[in-house]
Amino acid sequence: MALKAKTVFTDPLSNNNPITIQILGICSSLAVTTQVDKAFVMSVGLTLVTAFSNLVISMMRNQIPSKIRIIVELAVVSTLVIVTDQILRAYVYDISRQMSVFVGLIITNCIVMGRLEAFALQNPPGLSFLDGLGNGLGYSAILMIVGSIREILGKGSWWGIHFLPENYLGNGLMVLAPGAFFCLGLIIWLQRQLTKKFETA
Amino acid sequence: MHYIDLAIKNIFIENILLSTFLGMCSFLACSKKVETATGLGLAVIFVQTITVPVNWLILNYLLKPGALAWTGIPGVASLDLSFLTFITFISTIAFMTQIVEMTLDKYVPKLYTSLGIFLPLIAVNCAILGGSLFMAERSYTFPETIVYGLSSGGGWALAIVALSTIRKKLRYSNVPDGLKGLGITMIVTGLMALGFMSFTGIDL
Repeated sequence: MALKAKTVFTDPLSNNNPITIQILGICSSLAVTTQVDKAFVMSVGLTLVTAFSNLVISMMRNQIPSKIRIIVELAVVSTLVIVTDQILRAYVYDISRQMSVFVGLIITNCIVMGRLEAFALQNPPGLSFLDGLGNGLGYSAILMIVGSIREILGKGSWWGIHFLPENYLGNGLMVLAPGAFFCLGLIIWLQRQLTKKFETA
Repeated sequence: MHYIDLAIKNIFIENILLSTFLGMCSFLACSKKVETATGLGLAVIFVQTITVPVNWLILNYLLKPGALAWTGIPGVASLDLSFLTFITFISTIAFMTQIVEMTLDKYVPKLYTSLGIFLPLIAVNCAILGGSLFMAERSYTFPETIVYGLSSGGGWALAIVALSTIRKKLRYSNVPDGLKGLGITMIVTGLMALGFMSFTGIDL
């Protein structure tokens, strides 16, 4: 039991990472990573929503009729997202303004739905909570890496602090959409090369 | 003219997929075959064109501060229900996809069988919810909303069909092992986004 709990928690961090291996939740990982602080807020939000929605759905798993489970899941997730959004607006208003629609889009983030369908519906609440937490953190890790690369190369700063020399102009491409795609593509390449997990496509 | 301009802007310049990254999951998962990609693209255009205007009506006549004034009940007129935006939008989308699915099944079974498996998937496609949320954020008028729904869906469909044709060709090329599948797809998408960026500045 203890061993299983450990694998459930640590697996998504690298070997079964939700973004690079399971291909879930790509949208937000690209959109909010122009700056590290935005990426951090998004990571915290998503980790909490995934963990708690896994917990709630897992507690209700024997009561939900399987035909309407998607609606039930969406209702639980969107309630949690509304709470997150209200908290962000109350405490970090500026960042929540900049993230515009992407907090709301946690509802349709494939990681949340994917974990609910694949894990929370079959497993007890404690394990599901750990699974949600692990997947959230695996997602956060990639988000922080992409965010750091893009902010350092694009603006010469990290978390808003300029540390590269003044005459560093900043690579505009990294801040724009194509930069995000290239950056994530290269990270995926690196990780798959290291873990030797290849797709046959 | 204003509407054509808006449509061009949403299809090419601010493509919902390539510049705001919405709908990436199904974009990556369903772009292996051209037929699948076309089917999903059509389904997205269809659902987007219906849900965005419906959500506009709900937002402007039920949720916005002061939107309930038409009921004429004192006290209700000043209600601000905008914190319910997310949950109402997602319910509308789930509800509309269900209705569309049932209608198609009954009246156009041929289209239903070709789109069939994709329709339920659309409820959790972020491009659809994202479209509605952008509509709310940019405060479009009703005719603009219709154009926006149609053109953002169209932009998404264009991008997924384009990618699926590229992936078809990619199958015969020699890609490094670690880059196979997802990696090379991301880089190709990046190049596509770069191409679409060249439309910036087109103004009718």
